[in-house]
Amino acid sequence: MSFENQSVLITGGSRGLGLALARILAGQGARVVITGRDGAALERAAAGIRRSGGTVFAVAGDVADKHAIHPLAAQAAELAGPVDLLVNNASSLGPVPLGLLLDTECEEFARVLETNLLGPFRLAKAVAGSMLIRGRGTVLNVSSDAAASAYPNWGIYGASKAALDHLTRIWAAELAGTPVRFYSVDPGEMDTRMHADAVPDADPASLARPEDVAVKILDRLEKGGLPSGARFSATDPLAEAR
Amino acid sequence: MSPARSPRSRALHRLMVLEGGAAPVDGPFDRLPDRLRAGDLLVVNDAATLPASFRARDPRDHRFELRLLARTAAHRSLAVAYADGDWRTRTEHRMTARLKVGDRLRLEGDSMAARVLSRSPLSEAWIEIEFTDEKGAPADLARVLEALYRAGKPIQYSHAAVDFDLGDVQTAYASRPWAYEMPSAGRPFRWSVLLELMRRGVRVAPLTHAAGVSSTGIAAIDARLPLPERYEIPAETARRIGETKERGGRVIAIGTSVTRALEGSAGPGGRVRAGPGETDLILHPAFKRRVVDGILSGMHESTETHYRLLGSFYPKEALDDLLRRADEAGYLTHEFGDSCLLIP
Repeated sequence: MSFENQSVLITGGSRGLGLALARILAGQGARVVITGRDGAALERAAAGIRRSGGTVFAVAGDVADKHAIHPLAAQAAELAGPVDLLVNNASSLGPVPLGLLLDTECEEFARVLETNLLGPFRLAKAVAGSMLIRGRGTVLNVSSDAAASAYPNWGIYGASKAALDHLTRIWAAELAGTPVRFYSVDPGEMDTRMHADAVPDADPASLARPEDVAVKILDRLEKGGLPSGARFSATDPLAEAR
Repeated sequence: MSPARSPRSRALHRLMVLEGGAAPVDGPFDRLPDRLRAGDLLVVNDAATLPASFRARDPRDHRFELRLLARTAAHRSLAVAYADGDWRTRTEHRMTARLKVGDRLRLEGDSMAARVLSRSPLSEAWIEIEFTDEKGAPADLARVLEALYRAGKPIQYSHAAVDFDLGDVQTAYASRPWAYEMPSAGRPFRWSVLLELMRRGVRVAPLTHAAGVSSTGIAAIDARLPLPERYEIPAETARRIGETKERGGRVIAIGTSVTRALEGSAGPGGRVRAGPGETDLILHPAFKRRVVDGILSGMHESTETHYRLLGSFYPKEALDDLLRRADEAGYLTHEFGDSCLLIP
């Protein structure tokens, strides 16, 4: 898969991994739409990419809001063209510092699911029909190793990402035989605001830079050969993660 | 026939099939795959439906409703302006808004403004507007879209019983928001049906057509509808149409907007030209189709102009018979109504 002239929609695109993916894809000639809740932060991010000559559009919206989904998909399609690659990257940890399930409010869990699970489902639903009709398209869901390992205090985040991984596999099973692909990726531990919120005393030097992780993820997609529904690891891009 | 007054479950939709000289056959819409053959090609309009109705105020602080009709540039649009009120009143009974060229209009629900560029001599309600920021500078496309999606609602008519949600008026494969009203012939499709069609060797290909409004209720404007509408045909769709014809398959248009785009784009020998275009083609009983072999359409009363368009597929007597049977079978009309498939 080459990204030149592709239309790409990235959620959570104003910082961290989302912004790094947007910057690299725009540099490779993709037309990129970034979205996020903070319109001013998005505009700053987009302005930075435009200064280096990339084509990028900022569309503010909250993927956790059901009514934001169709407007977001439609604006992205009009600005950058029918979406070829959707990256569901926006995620919420829930309340920080992270806490035990026994101390978690049910409403907090529901809010995390809206962002991390229902948002990616709704957006994929909003663009996959057009991908199927046009005969191409990829949806990449950003997961976590907390989806595979049961870390104490990461309960609602880990459960939401495990469900997202399973959703990826079911999308792939239902659309087997079509040209539309679904993947999930474990990006590993990165030096991002989210990681700092979750693990405030981690040494940033021990964490991967989102830019490096973004390169690895895109290299793996570009190389091809991954079966739809696969979950892969950015830290070990040759191996499919379990 | 009665109108469908609210968005219905796609599972409830009926389909009346008129093929060759046989009598019409009534069945569930979802059984469409049984009515088509491997090698047939469905061409759909993948335009998403814009929220094209706005509340606004003129410089004299009068509220009115603005309905967008067609885009003339990224930040310009033809529009029709009704005095205060909404879709619950029949458009034929609504007063038009009194706007002047140069008037600055303030949208409700967003800081974007608009300026009246011109007014048609045919109707004071028919205007061209330019979207601007608060200071009167032209807005760019991203800003126009942001404002439309923040402040606009779908255009709807008095046969409805409820406010439509923007999601109600989208097809299952909607992409770029070019349509002012839903390309409703494609509305009954669920992906279970589309995937079954594909598995059986029926191909599906898109074009994008800026379907305009069906009616304004203002006679001078309605006499000019449909306005010229822009479309874009992907190269892959044009190629598949040629291939389908060569192999003896049938090209089935999902709706009149697809038919207009395909027939309007056809060059010598009925070859469809890929790329962007604009069509002012109006179908009628004497029109000789060169591309489209059959049409899937929503049900329409014989009094509607739409019914005349279907005349290019079957003579009036056959359509009257179809309509009578549909009425007896309890078919519903309008955007959430039932469908017919016409393959002469």
